[in-house]
Amino acid sequence: MTAVAGFKDLFTRNLRQSGIFIAFVAIVGLFTILTDGTLLSPGNVTNIVLQYSYILILAIGMLIVIVGGHIDLSVGSVVALTGAVSAVIVIKNGQPWWVGVLAALAVGLVVGCWQGFWVAYVGIPAFIVTLAGMLLFRGMTYQVLDNVSLSPFPAEYQKIAGGFLNGFLGGQGIDVFTLVIAAVAVVGYVVSQFRTRAGRIKYQQVVESMPIFITKLVLVALVVMAFAYQLARSRGLPIVLIILGVLIMVYVVVTTKTVFGRHVYAIGGNLSAAQLSGVKVQKVNFWIFVNMGFLAAVAGAVYSSRSNSAQPGAGNMFELDAIAACFIGGASTTGGVGRVTGAVVGGLIMGVMSNGMQLMGIDQSVQQMVKGLVLLLAVAFDIYNKRRAGAAR
Amino acid sequence: MADPILEMQSITKTFPGVKALQDVSLSVERGEIHAICGENGAGKSTLMKVLSGVYPHGDYEGTILLDGKEVQFGSINDSEAQGIIIIHQELALVPYLSVAENIFLGNERVKRGVIDWNQANADAAALLARVGLDELPVTPVGQLGVGKQQLVEIAKALSKEVRLLILDEPTAALNDNDSEHLLGLLRQLQQQGITCIMISHKLNEIAEIADNTTIIRDGRTIETLDMKADGVTQERIIRGMVGRDLGHRFPPHEPNIGDEVLRIEDWTVHHPTQPERIVVDGASLNVRAGEIVGLAGLMGAGRTELAMSLFGRTYGRNITGRVYLRGEEIKTRTVAEAIDHGIAYATEDRKKYGLNLIEDIRNNISAANLKKVSRLGWVNANEETKVAESFRASMNIKAPTVAALAGKLSGGNQQKVVLSKWLFTDPEVLILDEPTRGIDVGAKYEIYTLINKLAEQGKAVLVISSELPELLGICNRIYTLSAGRITGVLPREQATQENLMQLMTKERDQVR
Repeated sequence: MTAVAGFKDLFTRNLRQSGIFIAFVAIVGLFTILTDGTLLSPGNVTNIVLQYSYILILAIGMLIVIVGGHIDLSVGSVVALTGAVSAVIVIKNGQPWWVGVLAALAVGLVVGCWQGFWVAYVGIPAFIVTLAGMLLFRGMTYQVLDNVSLSPFPAEYQKIAGGFLNGFLGGQGIDVFTLVIAAVAVVGYVVSQFRTRAGRIKYQQVVESMPIFITKLVLVALVVMAFAYQLARSRGLPIVLIILGVLIMVYVVVTTKTVFGRHVYAIGGNLSAAQLSGVKVQKVNFWIFVNMGFLAAVAGAVYSSRSNSAQPGAGNMFELDAIAACFIGGASTTGGVGRVTGAVVGGLIMGVMSNGMQLMGIDQSVQQMVKGLVLLLAVAFDIYNKRRAGAAR
Repeated sequence: MADPILEMQSITKTFPGVKALQDVSLSVERGEIHAICGENGAGKSTLMKVLSGVYPHGDYEGTILLDGKEVQFGSINDSEAQGIIIIHQELALVPYLSVAENIFLGNERVKRGVIDWNQANADAAALLARVGLDELPVTPVGQLGVGKQQLVEIAKALSKEVRLLILDEPTAALNDNDSEHLLGLLRQLQQQGITCIMISHKLNEIAEIADNTTIIRDGRTIETLDMKADGVTQERIIRGMVGRDLGHRFPPHEPNIGDEVLRIEDWTVHHPTQPERIVVDGASLNVRAGEIVGLAGLMGAGRTELAMSLFGRTYGRNITGRVYLRGEEIKTRTVAEAIDHGIAYATEDRKKYGLNLIEDIRNNISAANLKKVSRLGWVNANEETKVAESFRASMNIKAPTVAALAGKLSGGNQQKVVLSKWLFTDPEVLILDEPTRGIDVGAKYEIYTLINKLAEQGKAVLVISSELPELLGICNRIYTLSAGRITGVLPREQATQENLMQLMTKERDQVR
């Protein structure tokens, strides 16, 4: 006997998670109307992806940090430092693009080890360690760059954030290759969903009823294909989108399906209980920060590629965007709760809002104010929800 | 004669999907000590929250009469203004503030907008004298033991001119001496005309102190017993609480004792922040397969400290001594190492140290042995759910599915989750620290049955408990600990509450 959950059941149970998706759809809808459809035009959809990719990459790492009960204020500086190191190697020393990227990743890992050491093994709160890191790595960036900007990068390097995969399979005005890749992704998703479902049925667990399950898959497929269609009508598949897609997939799996992921949630949920259950808290905390350093380096490479330069002031305030993305996406301020998909959608909400307001020609100052209020409201909504759940005991 | 200070009539309180209270009535006479009994989750705390305005008027159905007049409390402030003060199980004191500051918190002694410290400290001293607490008003509360903190709470209530004092499990965290003192104090307050409602699981205390006892079961009032009447015994109360005659409070158990499993020799532990202080002093003990061994001691004797220092050095510093498992010396330097050697430790404070309350039952059960349901770092969630479901069934955890949050379970069910977690690590030695604290009688019986079952499976069980009857009821042998030293070991047949207490207080004076 396999129990089947109805639609209403699923909806109410997942309100907290689905709430963020509903909000996202509403915001996209709102700005599509306000911009007379420009928001969803092929060129602009591509633009949003390119413009916010590095924030989303940072948000993934930040989500894990926040779920673990920490915070990382240094990622903006790390983005700058890794970009700067890469620029010095590629632009000043004329090394190939991949040497620069590898060097950036190496620097990111070293930074992560450094911060992880202080947080995990010395026991200094992450707020302090990364506040110090923010100053430290910003200063190092100035040193590495000798106080000047470096540009331009060679064409190959620029492709990381500005390149597209297209034209392999032809098509007239609509890139077939992009559509094929999207179709492959959709098929992969559908297959994995069916396998998960089969696994749950084998273990006699509750699954969604077949119509709901199919509706969900069709909806996801439609959204992905519509998105891909818009990309295909523009310049094709951005390379950075592939990077982002792979990272999201990997980290969804890491957070939900691995022992490491579970331990992160356990530590954030109740540190003492995790410790007394044999979780190697120090080790887990250490790797949380190494991972954050790595992702900050990826973001650093992408950002330097996109801006086609390395500047001493690069990445300023990125940490706050990444942190905001996590909280808008439903992460708990006290740790233990949060999802990678939530953080990504949270980041997209901010991206779509900024982009929409830019299209409408709204002043930068107003944009900042709106973003601030949205963050506040998102967390207020979350707390309201929790209180309601708490009263239901 | 009938002069009720408080009458709660037909109180019904519903949470989405659950009827927590259904037509509950309670009548409390002026100047009496009225006990409220019931299993965990029966609705006692909810009833008190209705009374004290935590759930405001309109949130529930029914009426509350105070001195015969209907009252409608919108918040705790409203009920406090009428002299109804509730002291919660978890004490609400600020550890870094002084006794006087805590007593007058939110009610400061002010002169022209500035706190008058002389007045405050003098008033506090008077209140402390009234509750029989011999401490200076300027002492930080964090430096006092739980028993004394409880007294500070009562002093705080007195400072607000309390008429009706509600105590939720006041003695749950106290040792016998402190409990005794507290009960004496309640009697004294009674003579001063203060009415008292006490929620308690400790039936002997209720029998000793209460004038009337109201029993609540499954959100309904079952009966109110006049404790002076004939035939009202602890067994009588239990029958009302669980709706069945337990006959025995402890399940029968035929021990089948095998070889020695755990032996500790010369175990010494120093205080983590005051290294010159010795908390456990040269303790040696052993536990054999199939044996249930008790560890008795007063608060501060070093029971929990002994267990935690053994379990991956989670307490103390400068730990010396030897641990043997089946005759072979082992090291337990980290929790993981201890678990690998087959040692499990279920903590004293479930909520703080035992469970991740914001996670579901499943993740809590697998937490200490995630590797058993995973391969190469990948968790098989389906396998995990299957394991958790099987524990839910075998341990009789009352929850709709294993996806229910641990924080929403009652104390007894939470404890079953904790035990499941440790059984899943397949331990040889189980150290259970206060396994039935804050758990109702029915669930206690279930936990004892489980402990017996574990012993029958050949596991070595070490039980730490503040309740001597419990140790006498389930253990084969009992060690006593006093001021960090093992002062004796008695087989069940020879042990009585009296001789155990003698051993538990022995050497105290010499050590001091």
